[in-house]
Amino acid sequence: MDAFTTHTGTAAPLRRSAVDTDQIIPAEYLKRITRTGFEDGLFVAWRTNEPDFVLNKPEYAGASILVAGPDFGTGSSREHANWALLDGGFKVVISPRFADIFRNNSTKSGLLTVVLPAADVEALQDASEADPTLQVTVDLGAREVRWADRTVAFEIDDYTRWRLMEGLDDIGLTERHLEDIDAYEAQRPSWKPTTTPV
Amino acid sequence: MGRTLAQKVYEQHVVRRTEGEPDLLYIDLHLVHEVTSPQAFDGLRAAGRTVRRPDLTMSTEDHNVPTTDLLAPIADPVSRAQVEALRKNTAEFGIRQAPMGTRDQGIVHVIGPQLGLTQPGMTIVCGDSHTSTHGAFGALAFGIGTSEVEHVLATQTLPQRPAKQMSVRVDGELPVGVSAKDIILAVIAEIGTNGGQGHVIEYRGTAIEGLSMESRMTICNMSIEAGARAGLIAPDETTFAYLRGREHSPRGADWDAAVAAWRELRTDEDAEFDREVVIDAASLTPYVTWGTNPGQGLPISASVPDPADFADETDRRAAESALAYMGLTAGTPMRDITVDTVFLGSCTNGRIEDLRVAAELLRGRKVAADTRMLVVPGSVAVKQQAEQEGLDAVFTEAGAEWRGAGCSMCLGMNPDQLQPGERSASTSNRNFQGRQGKGGRTHLVSPAVAAATALTGKLTAPADLQEVSA
Ligand code: SF4
Repeated sequence: MDAFTTHTGTAAPLRRSAVDTDQIIPAEYLKRITRTGFEDGLFVAWRTNEPDFVLNKPEYAGASILVAGPDFGTGSSREHANWALLDGGFKVVISPRFADIFRNNSTKSGLLTVVLPAADVEALQDASEADPTLQVTVDLGAREVRWADRTVAFEIDDYTRWRLMEGLDDIGLTERHLEDIDAYEAQRPSWKPTTTPV
Repeated sequence: MGRTLAQKVYEQHVVRRTEGEPDLLYIDLHLVHEVTSPQAFDGLRAAGRTVRRPDLTMSTEDHNVPTTDLLAPIADPVSRAQVEALRKNTAEFGIRQAPMGTRDQGIVHVIGPQLGLTQPGMTIVCGDSHTSTHGAFGALAFGIGTSEVEHVLATQTLPQRPAKQMSVRVDGELPVGVSAKDIILAVIAEIGTNGGQGHVIEYRGTAIEGLSMESRMTICNMSIEAGARAGLIAPDETTFAYLRGREHSPRGADWDAAVAAWRELRTDEDAEFDREVVIDAASLTPYVTWGTNPGQGLPISASVPDPADFADETDRRAAESALAYMGLTAGTPMRDITVDTVFLGSCTNGRIEDLRVAAELLRGRKVAADTRMLVVPGSVAVKQQAEQEGLDAVFTEAGAEWRGAGCSMCLGMNPDQLQPGERSASTSNRNFQGRQGKGGRTHLVSPAVAAATALTGKLTAPADLQEVSA
């Protein structure tokens, strides 16, 4: 995972609520067995069928911050939804509310998800609609989103922030506690099932 | 203060707790399928890691598998490559495999319970959001992403934080023809697709206690559609009776020890929930969805809603775009909606009881002339059981297609897909745009409504049929 400290780029306003994972990347695009190359599936139905879809507009072609309505990422656990956004050039998604698994995956894949109050999300959507070249900064260290003369704080717990800023791999961190895992295993009830064929 | 069932299971699995860090949680069972695992195995290889507990890991093929001719190679080269990658990876890392067509193969959430691998008080994960299904046994079961799949493979643990606790209490007696699917669709319509966000839902109350294990699985399955990562039900005699004698259930003295431990798995009287919802079972009727998220559901006696009637701006816009996508007009009675395809299957409703309910309604009748009905058992074992009971003959004589086991049209990763503009009544769990095929339109229904709908070609409640024949 790449470290994330601060990012400045332009924003694409996605004025839709409950954008589900089947819209972010439909199932037929999940067949790849690599970890990259998922940009072809990103919002493919909307990109194909809706000329007015924000990402079809040339002025948002270079956007790296997606500003979406509430309940972004509902549905499946597919981390491919994170990868497709990253492969499509996005570094940050901002929304008033995310689905739990999507948000959790984002802390592993290196896509930053930022929760802002709905009014601020709408203000940012308005601003990037008025000026698609508007520069938006997402500063993880300061826990702030800044554009024009506005600064909006966001919350993220210290541990996740530290891990993202260092780009640390969870497995490596857990492997420092192997004795704890050994000790736990030693006292598990013996009747707990195994998958070994009987 | 007392603790909830979910809190008890969670606490029993904490390997390490340190201030300022997530807890490290032990995972009792890790289920693996072909779609969300290849990158995780690649990650292990790249880092020179092994699978810590292959004996607590089980894999199956489900999302991509064709439901016709299971023994032939998969025609779609990309699907085939994904299934082959799983076979190669599980062989390399020593993980048990259930290849297509063999006895143990099926949808990952159907085979766990069927084998007796899903037991009360366990932590169970899978790279699939409907892992919540296993909560029906009083397990803490939730879906994870591919990075976490890799983490569990390598360490048999996951960094986690305690969830908030929510109680959904359903008391009273369910009317005839109303099933677990209707309960959960009604719950989601009530609390919304974000209602359970950040929470684990415990389903309680006399109506829940009266349900079979398979019905409980249907309810827990769709916890994710209510926004919760997990849903669970306290284990009881129904649970123990289901588990007794299954392939991986404890035996002899182990069985007694296990049941004694399982009996402790109850929410304390004085436990507090962060949110509580109460539903009167007697007030429920068959539910169907009209929109493009599972919260957009109504009793079948209702009509397609008018977006103008939604007070909330976001809901109104969502309803407008849903109606446009679904090709529906406000005010149309739900019962007047004609469907092209009926899909009976999935991890929500692809178990033997679901097939029995549908077969009972179809017995001696015919699927409507312009309607196609696909019956896809959730696993090879379900298929075999149904065939022993003669259900396959009931379906085929009624004009339905009897298929092999897999996810099939639940998500259309295999050739079973809706064509653009086609409309289905589906017993699966998601009516998202394009879920069952590009441009396809989905109405979520129970198995009984699916069967009744197949007979008339329009959304139909089972009770409507009795009126017709009476
Ligand atoms: S049946 Fe559908 S919801 Fe269940 S695991 Fe398969 S694709 Fe997912």
